[in-house]
Amino acid sequence: MAETAEIAIDRISMVYTLPDSEVDALNDVSLDIGKGEIMSVLGPSGCGKTTLLNIIAGFLSPTRGEVRVAGKPVKGPGAERGMVFQQGALFEWLSVTQNISFGPRMCGKDRAETADTVQRLLGIVGLVDFADKPVYQLSGGMQQRVALARCLANDPDVILMDEPLGALDALTREKMQGLVLRLWKDTGKTILLITHSVEEALFLGERLIVMAPRPGRIEKEFRLPFADEALEKPARDVKAGSEFVAAREEILSMIWDMEEEIMGDNG
Amino acid sequence: MSRQKPSGLAIWLGLSDNSFTRQKTVKFGDAAAVNSGRFYSLLTLAVLIVAWVVASAFELIEPFYWPSISGTWERLVKILGEGFRNTALHDHVGISVYRVLSGVFYGALVGIPLGFAMGLSSIGRGLFDPVVEFMRPIPPLALIPLIILWFGIDEFAKIFLLFLASLFIMTIAARSGVSSVRITKVHAAYSLGASKLQILRHVILPNALPEIFTGLRTSMGVCWGTVVAAELVAADKGLGSMIMIAKNFLQTDTVVIGIILIGIIGYIIELIMRRLEQWLIPWRGKG
Repeated sequence: MAETAEIAIDRISMVYTLPDSEVDALNDVSLDIGKGEIMSVLGPSGCGKTTLLNIIAGFLSPTRGEVRVAGKPVKGPGAERGMVFQQGALFEWLSVTQNISFGPRMCGKDRAETADTVQRLLGIVGLVDFADKPVYQLSGGMQQRVALARCLANDPDVILMDEPLGALDALTREKMQGLVLRLWKDTGKTILLITHSVEEALFLGERLIVMAPRPGRIEKEFRLPFADEALEKPARDVKAGSEFVAAREEILSMIWDMEEEIMGDNG
Repeated sequence: MSRQKPSGLAIWLGLSDNSFTRQKTVKFGDAAAVNSGRFYSLLTLAVLIVAWVVASAFELIEPFYWPSISGTWERLVKILGEGFRNTALHDHVGISVYRVLSGVFYGALVGIPLGFAMGLSSIGRGLFDPVVEFMRPIPPLALIPLIILWFGIDEFAKIFLLFLASLFIMTIAARSGVSSVRITKVHAAYSLGASKLQILRHVILPNALPEIFTGLRTSMGVCWGTVVAAELVAADKGLGSMIMIAKNFLQTDTVVIGIILIGIIGYIIELIMRRLEQWLIPWRGKG
């Protein structure tokens, strides 16, 4: 079977068995993500979005179903699927340069070539002057730029992002969103991004998946023009546009209803 | 009303707060607002020394119980010159320090891999957990009789005791260092293409270093206390044996010299370890 999707999520379910119950973290989820697409995933806590990401990354194996990346079934983590985590995933005992070159060094790549790659990436993420600083001396935003560069240094086909900007202040976050968009455009990577922020999901996703909890499932999918628009006009203008605002309100009220439902169940 | 800026000396002595703390209105309960209080430290030292000088000058205490300051000084000069019981003072100090360093070294050599095995594998944890948890609360001194029965009182017996004292501290420190690694760091490394061995070497080990170092520091302190006690029981060299033999000859001044040296050296060891820590593990607590 010829496959066109870069990431093919094929009817996966994830069931956690507890002593007195079973939790359906994911129930029969299917999704195709095309090569070079950027997709954001949104949903209230408990909807299984992080579980989904961990399954694609190969850290968890689903109870049923299968994920294929570039046609190959995912059996475990691999360098062709890069990860960017929220925070605290940098190696604080290494410098900025050593963090970025970690992947190529582990994979035994040529040293001179790696040094060139690191230099190029330092330029792209704007950290040339911080190359030899230990990462713990950097601000949160700079640390996430190191995390992006570290991931790109291995030249993965797919980049999985688990709330990469979640811990940043609002202003830094907006700037970083621009950087993520630019990297996506320049590198043509397939990107899957999990976020709590509706605005970020709208802004960064060509496609946006809203997930719902109990059981974890895909509630709705949107196709969005904003990521492409933002490549041509300023981010502020895109976010202030009436289309963007309308979409934001629609999704917010959808998630609001889900949360209400959960609260109602508990009460 | 203008506030006068306190002098650097006053700040160094802790009589005035630094400019940061001076502008805080709430100081009680703010640990950062407690300054060094160096003036009062010097005061404490001065009071102790003056009390000793006065007691000596007026012969308030029998030298049998506590020596005069001049007598102690003379004794110190004498020991420095001709040694104590045919052994130079620096040899008494040296042998005690050597025993501690050896004990900690071997303890770390065995304890760190053991702790790694316990932190990384269910089998390792299951195998060693009963022994480690059982030995943890037993003070090393309680093992002295058994060790004398097994190995006598030679050098090996003492280093073996210190090895045991540091072994369980090092094992527990290494285990907790390994267990404290954030799973996102391990996941990140796997996603960057690292193998299990590379993750052990490049993620788990450096991540555990701060706690391993804390273990080393604790080991040093415990072993220093243990070596002195062990030498009290059975030894012919070392600071502990020096004060025990001196007691037998009713040389209270030598006993006091020994005690002061034990305190000072213990303090120096702690200072050196703290410096080493700042130098070797600057990322500590910054993850």
